[in-house]
Amino acid sequence: MSTTTNDTQRRGKAPAGERVADWMDGRLGIYGAAKKNLRKVFPDHWSFMLGEVCLYSFIIIILTGVYLTLFFHPSMAEITYEGPYVPMQGVRMSEAFASTLDISFEVRGGLLVRQIHHWAALIFIGGMMVHMMRVFFTGAFRKPREINWLFGFLLFVLGVFTGFTGYSLPDDLLSGTGIRFMQGVLLSIPVIGTYLSMFLFGGEFPGTDIIPRLYSIHILLLPGIMLGLVVAHLILVFYHKHTQFPGPGRTEKNVVGMPLLPVYVAKAGGFFFLVFGVIAFISAIATINPIWAIGPYRPDQVSTGAQPDWYLGFAEGLVRVMPGWEINLWGHTLVLGVFIPIVLFPLVLCAIGFYPFIESWVTGDKREHHLLDRPRNAPTRTAFGVAWVTVYLITLIGGGNDLWATHFHLSINAITWFVRIGFFVGPVIAFIVTRRICLGLQRRDRDKVLHGRETGIIKRLPHGEFIEVHEPLPQDQLHKLTAHEQPQPLEIGPEVDENGVRRKIKRSQKLRARLSKSYYGEGAYIPKATAEEYEEITSGHGHH
Amino acid sequence: MSTQDIPEEENLPAEQGAKDSGEVAVPADPFADPGVPPHELRIQDIDDKAARHSERVVATLFTVSMLATVGFIASFAALSVDKIIYVFPLGHVSALNFALGLCLAVALFSIGAGAVHWARTLMSDHEIVQERHPIEATPEARAQVFKDWQDGVADSSFGRRKLARNTLFGALALVPLSGIVLLRDLGPMPEDKLRHTKWAKGKRLMNQNTMQPLRPEDIPVGSLTFAMPEGMSEHDHDFQNQIAKAALMIVRIKPEDIKDKRSLDWSHHGIVAYSKICTHVGCPISLYEQQTHHVLCPCHQSTFDLADGGRVIFGPAGHALPQLEISVNAQGYLEAKGDFAEPVGPAFWERG
Amino acid sequence: MKKLSARRRHPLAAVVVLLFALAVTGGLYAAFAPADKAKADDSAQSLTIEEGKKLYAVGCATCHGTGGQGSTDGPSLVGVGSAAVDFQVSTGRMPAQQPGAQVPKKKRIYSDADIEKLSAYIASLGPGPVTPTKEQYNPEGADIAKGGELFRTNCAQCHNFTGKGGALSNGKYAPPLDDVDPKQIYEAMQTGPQNMPSFPDTTMPTKEKQDIIAYLGEVNNSDKTSTPGGMELGGLGPVTEGLFGWIFGLGALIVVTIWVAARTAKAKKS
Repeated sequence: MSTTTNDTQRRGKAPAGERVADWMDGRLGIYGAAKKNLRKVFPDHWSFMLGEVCLYSFIIIILTGVYLTLFFHPSMAEITYEGPYVPMQGVRMSEAFASTLDISFEVRGGLLVRQIHHWAALIFIGGMMVHMMRVFFTGAFRKPREINWLFGFLLFVLGVFTGFTGYSLPDDLLSGTGIRFMQGVLLSIPVIGTYLSMFLFGGEFPGTDIIPRLYSIHILLLPGIMLGLVVAHLILVFYHKHTQFPGPGRTEKNVVGMPLLPVYVAKAGGFFFLVFGVIAFISAIATINPIWAIGPYRPDQVSTGAQPDWYLGFAEGLVRVMPGWEINLWGHTLVLGVFIPIVLFPLVLCAIGFYPFIESWVTGDKREHHLLDRPRNAPTRTAFGVAWVTVYLITLIGGGNDLWATHFHLSINAITWFVRIGFFVGPVIAFIVTRRICLGLQRRDRDKVLHGRETGIIKRLPHGEFIEVHEPLPQDQLHKLTAHEQPQPLEIGPEVDENGVRRKIKRSQKLRARLSKSYYGEGAYIPKATAEEYEEITSGHGHH
Repeated sequence: MSTQDIPEEENLPAEQGAKDSGEVAVPADPFADPGVPPHELRIQDIDDKAARHSERVVATLFTVSMLATVGFIASFAALSVDKIIYVFPLGHVSALNFALGLCLAVALFSIGAGAVHWARTLMSDHEIVQERHPIEATPEARAQVFKDWQDGVADSSFGRRKLARNTLFGALALVPLSGIVLLRDLGPMPEDKLRHTKWAKGKRLMNQNTMQPLRPEDIPVGSLTFAMPEGMSEHDHDFQNQIAKAALMIVRIKPEDIKDKRSLDWSHHGIVAYSKICTHVGCPISLYEQQTHHVLCPCHQSTFDLADGGRVIFGPAGHALPQLEISVNAQGYLEAKGDFAEPVGPAFWERG
Repeated sequence: MKKLSARRRHPLAAVVVLLFALAVTGGLYAAFAPADKAKADDSAQSLTIEEGKKLYAVGCATCHGTGGQGSTDGPSLVGVGSAAVDFQVSTGRMPAQQPGAQVPKKKRIYSDADIEKLSAYIASLGPGPVTPTKEQYNPEGADIAKGGELFRTNCAQCHNFTGKGGALSNGKYAPPLDDVDPKQIYEAMQTGPQNMPSFPDTTMPTKEKQDIIAYLGEVNNSDKTSTPGGMELGGLGPVTEGLFGWIFGLGALIVVTIWVAARTAKAKKS
């Protein structure tokens, strides 16, 4: 395996590995790439591995998905079930549903693979969400990584749609209800809705085309695009080198960590098996989507608790809490009760997706950033992120309002009203509270720098006074707590220049200045401790 | 604390306490970067016994993995696919799924744990510092690229040969139309498909439970019955499409409780028949509360009042549930007096 | 003490305190939450009067009126039939404890013999559904798969695919059907208790009811029902699956990432 060393001596007698490497280099030029990357450094932090959780669950989904295609029949032809599962014997169902029953009850290990596939999908999208939040709250999306943020964002959105199409394939009563919902949504689109529905379903709902069509979208179109995006995402991670948290020896110009070979090959490679192991374990002990208990789809049957998988829960919540507005004019119907939530759904996602560009415009900061922010040091961004998460969670509650009602003994109508109000009020409160907390933490950092760490040891002075002993921070801590910058807001400047001529100030500039003030202006941060303050306090009285 | 004008193209926001980490501005800067802390040895680096112990742990994990894979294959061969066992606290689970899943989990997790333990205890843990290189090109390279580009564009005569250029644009703009035209046969035109159901004058209401025609005396106050039009069968090729529109829910309300005049007229002695398909997005709505006469949709909680013409009283649905006008035929069976007067199910642009 | 005060400043101290506070809050909630168990009615136990009417006068007349004609607190019982009495009293729903959106199931108070007497009295007020006999509700030999279809058409919209229950409007709910007695399932379909509509024998004959009971016995029986894939997670669908995936799936993976990325113990430092 010694592709790293390339000795000139003893040509022809070189070990087999070396000869293979030479052969490859002659055709692919692998040494050029390997020279740069074999000992490439990756910083160590647990949160930097969240992306790997996604990558590996994606690979697991592809592996198990290929297996499932060997047994699944994406057909809506109606048959009568005659397999081993008693409560379904003699029931009419589509071939898609019947073959999913076969995978679960007749193919040895089929149930396990199905469960791994579905659990991995939930974890994949959950992992992307957490990964995205990590990148967001630490400011890792800043230049030069905005494009990679967009790639990741697209992967998240496509992941959601791939998940939805996959959830629909077994043609069970739950997923069929989801497809019915999708059809209702298509119908609500003004002007072209009815045509879209007819074209997608090959006629009226449900028809016999939708499952085969979703199948090719689920196994070919969407995963194909995602695979390309994943590769591009990884290439950019390599190209940009990873970000790192501030700390001793870590600057904007370097990267400190362990080399790819051997440590990261072992850790990241091992981590793939760990992720797969955990998902396999969950699939061994917990049922997911027991379609045999749910039954085949029939458009006149339904069950309470009809929900999509969690990642669409917030869209479901938007739809559930929307008032039933409908406008009838000139012989046409505008179905706002369905259409507004469906427009809000991508808008909520885009609010976070386009944030990096908004932030860089507001702050006017076009420098490269490789050192991460501690969330408290960027209070406005952190508060915005928490507000976004709040909207997401509140609508997620709306999406499960029936289960909240039964399990917490509440009224479904009360929950719906709570979500309707919370959708507007929740993020505002979250924004204000988060900013305050961030400022509080900044103040604590400042105190820690100036007065040291509280040790919890109480000392009694000769004259009877009790004091708590404060221990000065070590140098690396002092550096870490003061390394961040605290920029000034942009200002428009005087409206009249020195010659008395009125300057033209564009409205966008005014908006920008106002936003910039909220990022960097008064109340956006506690001034960090300066060296002078520190000197004064430490030289004066040793403790406080 | 200087302020600055909004720059046309950006320069940097002013920094307080200007300093780049690493550069020590004042020699006595108490917050100066102390640099990467010195490497400290692990127990395994100095104690060979500890290192050998680590190696044994790693090897044990890999061995466990091998055993688990053997276990996986053995379970696959030995356990019947329909064997159910009781495992506390999981319940009555498939023995095969449980055994395969557990073996696979152990086999995979042990490889991962072994590799990570190896990396953490036996591989070098010297931190390495690498420089980052600027991504942006040098001004010379930039100039060269622009020049090459301009040369290429000039050579192509793209700017001068306007006729060739514009017809190229035209051709490129038109050619995707073929692809769009090909999509036409994905489905038929809507026409009035969404406006009609299988219900028609004289069609009897067939009880879905027994597939027998319903008589008024079968339906007491407070009961709930689902019906489909006479002549429909589960085995019809378009059964799913038809039941998606024709599904009917029948309840009986005391005539004096029915608030809506038309609704009362369309009922038979308080027996009202409503579409089972929600007017929001089309879920089969049927969570009927017999005391309040409310019916709730399980998907998005639209609530309709069946005693008041199917009016929406809560939730996201935009219009009332369509009612089917019914009466009794000569033989004493309930029958429809025609199709629904309006389209059933979700609203759409042409619904009006 | 010194140790404690030193650890008070430990970075993880806040987490420990938070967990402790959560545990205490949960404990208090459990202690003060309204208990589902009903207190046995002493008056009922001390009753020696054997007749249903007298039982009725003591236990039921306050709300349902002295002659079963009903009042503002309870509906008329004329014509509800013995099946309704048997269902309401044997599931403990009646006598009701307090007014609310819905009267919950609780520990039953009356003995079988007393219920029979009460039923006889109410049945005498007017004709109504009669308490089913064992032959009627016995699901043996019934068609489970047909029962499943009937259940999905008639019942699942409120009670969920396999009878795990669900929400109705304004705090009402369809109760879970876990391990409910076949007789009570039959009676519920027959009489339509509270806001549940009835499914009388005229539209759902005995055979179909037996199919439904057989289906429930197959898919919602804690001793018998198998969940091949592992834990059932409440059988409530994607919401609980999502919660489980986040807490145990992602949660476990995050614990693993922390282990993978943590620094190995150094030889010198404690």
